[in-house]
Amino acid sequence: MKGEICVIGGGMSGITTALEAAESGAKVYLVEAGWSLGGRIAGLARYFPKMCPPTCGLEINYRRLKRNPNILVYTGADVVDVTKDGGRFEVAIRKRPRFVNSRCTACGECVNVCPVERVSDFDYGLKKTKAIYLPHAMAYPFIYAIDMQACKGNECSKCVQACKYGAIDLGEREETFKIKVSSIVVATGFTPYDASKLQNMGFGKYEDVITNLMMERLLAEDGPTNGKLLRPSDMTPPKRIVFVQCAGSRDRNHLPYCSAVCCGGTLKEALIAREQVPDAQITIFYIDRRVMGRNEDVLAKVEADANTKFVRGKAVKVEKGANGLVVEAEDTKTGQKLRTEADLVVLAVGLVPNTSNLPAMVKQNLDEFGFVLSSNGIYGAGCVSAPQVVATCMQQATGAALKALVWGSKAL
Amino acid sequence: MERKVCVFICSGCGISEAFDVSKVEEASKEATPRPAVVKVDPCLCGDDGFLAMSKVIEEEKPTHVVIGACSQRLFQDRFSWNGVFVERVNLREHCAWSHEPQDVGTLELAQDLMRMGIAKCGKAEMPEPHVEEPSETVLVIGGGISGMTAALYAADAGYGVVLVEKDDKLGGFARNIYKTYPSAPPYDKVAENPVSGLIERCETNPRIKVLLGTTIDEISGAPGKFSVKAGGKEFMVGAIVVATGFRPYDIKKLTHLGGGVLPDVVGSDKFEEMLMKGDVRRPSDGREVKKVAFIQCAGSRDKEHLPYCSGTCCLTSLKQANLFVNSGEDKEAYIVYKDIRTPAQHERFYEAMQNDPRIMLAEGTVKGVMKSDGVVRVEVENSPTLTNMQIDADLVVLALGKVPNSDGPILNLTYRKGKELPTLKYGFPDSNFICFPYETERTGIYTCGCVRQPMDMASCMEDAAGAAMKAIQCIYATSRGAAVHPRAWDMSFPEFFLQRCTQCKRCTEECPFGTLDEDAKGTPMPNPTRCRRCGVCMGACPERIVSFKDYSVQIISDMIKAIHVPEEFEEKPRYVGFICENDAYPALDLAGLNHLKYSPLVRFIPVRCLGSVNRVWIADALSRGIDGVLLIGCKFGDDYQCHFIKGSELCNKRMENVQEDLNRLALERERIKLVQLAINDYQKLPQIVNEFVESVNALGMNPYKGF
Repeated sequence: MKGEICVIGGGMSGITTALEAAESGAKVYLVEAGWSLGGRIAGLARYFPKMCPPTCGLEINYRRLKRNPNILVYTGADVVDVTKDGGRFEVAIRKRPRFVNSRCTACGECVNVCPVERVSDFDYGLKKTKAIYLPHAMAYPFIYAIDMQACKGNECSKCVQACKYGAIDLGEREETFKIKVSSIVVATGFTPYDASKLQNMGFGKYEDVITNLMMERLLAEDGPTNGKLLRPSDMTPPKRIVFVQCAGSRDRNHLPYCSAVCCGGTLKEALIAREQVPDAQITIFYIDRRVMGRNEDVLAKVEADANTKFVRGKAVKVEKGANGLVVEAEDTKTGQKLRTEADLVVLAVGLVPNTSNLPAMVKQNLDEFGFVLSSNGIYGAGCVSAPQVVATCMQQATGAALKALVWGSKAL
Repeated sequence: MERKVCVFICSGCGISEAFDVSKVEEASKEATPRPAVVKVDPCLCGDDGFLAMSKVIEEEKPTHVVIGACSQRLFQDRFSWNGVFVERVNLREHCAWSHEPQDVGTLELAQDLMRMGIAKCGKAEMPEPHVEEPSETVLVIGGGISGMTAALYAADAGYGVVLVEKDDKLGGFARNIYKTYPSAPPYDKVAENPVSGLIERCETNPRIKVLLGTTIDEISGAPGKFSVKAGGKEFMVGAIVVATGFRPYDIKKLTHLGGGVLPDVVGSDKFEEMLMKGDVRRPSDGREVKKVAFIQCAGSRDKEHLPYCSGTCCLTSLKQANLFVNSGEDKEAYIVYKDIRTPAQHERFYEAMQNDPRIMLAEGTVKGVMKSDGVVRVEVENSPTLTNMQIDADLVVLALGKVPNSDGPILNLTYRKGKELPTLKYGFPDSNFICFPYETERTGIYTCGCVRQPMDMASCMEDAAGAAMKAIQCIYATSRGAAVHPRAWDMSFPEFFLQRCTQCKRCTEECPFGTLDEDAKGTPMPNPTRCRRCGVCMGACPERIVSFKDYSVQIISDMIKAIHVPEEFEEKPRYVGFICENDAYPALDLAGLNHLKYSPLVRFIPVRCLGSVNRVWIADALSRGIDGVLLIGCKFGDDYQCHFIKGSELCNKRMENVQEDLNRLALERERIKLVQLAINDYQKLPQIVNEFVESVNALGMNPYKGF
């Protein structure tokens, strides 16, 4: 099918829409704000229910991407404006400077000499990298980037001197350019809800109170602990783990909707934690356990685990006790108030759609929660459209490619 | 055209620090086939290096180029020239970065890797695509919400559609749905059923031909040219979408909940019909129903019935409760549940129903359903400490799960591998892959809607768009001679030298996608457009008659023969490792990126899938004095990761048969090892490789060196 589409967002959903459209004959501009494709799933340890690693699907998609001349990928790029131009859209893109260009061979010599450390946002603050860094193990493009806020710039320049390939340009400027497309697919994904907004839950106060996405980094082989589940405070394996479901979700004071994936996420993390710490006591505080379809399998596996307890009740407070952290909750089945001790508390926070940075024309059609609603020529794909599991994101992203192409064929 | 090989070796990124590049250059100059040119450059990907390389290529006009540098996963678009076969040799991640610098083992590895890469150019050719002009019509089987939506999308995209429906009218199960729960803002009110609009659009669309009261008699052919016989008609289509939907779980199997036993216990499908009629009365005595009790997960999430969750019953019951309590005065609904599953924005609808005082929700386990004095009594245990709850209702509705209509006959394929789509767990002809939901085991045949996975109407319509996209894409790929997912770029296809075929039927049986049919004698009849280019057939053939232009038994054998095997007295063991391109190769890259070091004795050969590994390669390696063979590929088993379904599993099985070869050569079985690996397991690689090398070294050298 002919046509040109712009996909905003290069996570798994955006990549999928781009590939499905391009492999059907269309031309695609894939615009990613971060330094690498892959989005949030690149930081996950596994997918449920198969317990398979995200790297597998990413690698296959990267292979398809590399061999497809119909897809142009821009990273460090924002869509700053979209205007109508007859039956088409004119999209203005701003490419921010990475300060490292395509001459980079990922040899890593620059890292050895860089004197500055910065907090890694990819690892949700659990790790530091140098100011010049490779975005992650499955980076696409596979080149480094500089965090200019941490970098000392020209007064240092050690990386420039160390680089044999002339790949670093500390003076790089941003570029702006325009493209014309027949339709747009928005696949900008989500940001996890800010857990520090959850009063009394201890996030930001106690190091061992973390979010579900931070837990993924602790379990991922390329994470700050090389995949070993260790408490951030003292690097020891946690013996008592508490998961708090619906942390700031289904809650009028925070996110009123349900984020659909956190139940499955916790169950998956509980299974990996069990493998790593065979005698750990795991407690999961929940309201409903929402694993639909074949994802039910992962619930069945956790229910069969003798050392994992499910308690129907919302956890309301996390504080420090004499013997570690203490989670206060009510067991709605017995009416009892519980105080459960924990070495590690995982808050399963919800997903907030990334729409605030989108230009007006693209974000004109949002629902009350901020999720993108599809309309003429502008389609949502993935978690920016609704919180959903990866498999459903893939389904929607594939469909979005067709919707975008059909719209385009009419506009031409 | 005369074969001409140009070789380029990059010495950048620490390569020259790891070994003496001039010695690798020497080894390359003496390799077979003899290269016309061997050039070393300090940075092939840099502007100067690339320019210099391009100039040489322009002047020499080689047919083959070998680049010894970084991973083949990098600079793919850069290092490519029209019509030139390019072979990438990994001297960086797999050599310089993962072994001791200046160690003689590292140098010898680099030399062998170059020899192997050059040897590949001896027989490898650029593939010539097998192009067919495909039919631009899509067959959709099933005229419900999913099928109709898929048909409309395909038609809108400019394709012809034949929509086959077994009933005498379109609409499927949705015809019996009164109203649907909301999927659009404000998410809190029941919505209209889209089915009648879809029916009208399908019936009036000039590109859609609707065949009612029709089922498929037979489908033969392949993507781009499926020949379909249905309802007395015969026609060609390019791709197929199966959208045969679901049926509710058989209520008669739920006797423990009164199903099929008590007349006033009905299924959710029957209750929807009652609501549609507008007059809800007890089946037993015709009395008006004032109080309804819903039992959720009736026969779902239950090992004795449906082990999975159908995902839609919670919202359906909430919707039905809403419709019911608004259908008259003094109506009440109770919903007994284990978990209420109203994900994402659907939570709004749950909230709205919770706020309705006429709808009561009770969490607990149903202990019994019995007749009691003109009502149906539901006994619920909801707390270990309190006594059971009793709900007396006029009518009990069992929220029934969805069973996919996947048990044939649906397609009636004339394929040797079977008439229907293989199903996954629980009877769903779904993809095993979370990342690739439409990747079924039969090329060009896609599924959508409730036959693929239980889902609601809005999701069915989204799913249909996805399946229609894949169907269209398949037709387009066929027109170019390209494979479909995952090797979407691959223009090669397997050729069969049938004169030497012994009709052993291994290829026709083992092809995971049913690409090969058989004639009466058992000779394979390939269907190139069904092929995913994995090479499992090539791995299966004991006579080695299957080959791709750029990937064949001979080509890999030449690579093995190019390895320099030192004499026994030198005490330098040598190993060959077959690594799957999908997971093992990238894992080795990551190990190199992290400078994890391991034994330099293994020469890795990338393969498309472990399933394409032919037994003769093992025999060749061992009979030349190679001490052992390591095979690293993707996980197999229930939750398999192998992208060609059974590739690595078949390899594992075949390796057991390789024992015969080992016995014949009087060699130990431990010299062959297969390891399952995912990319994220890269940190285990040093241990895997070193343990293998150590354990085989302990067996002693292969006595066949120097033969």
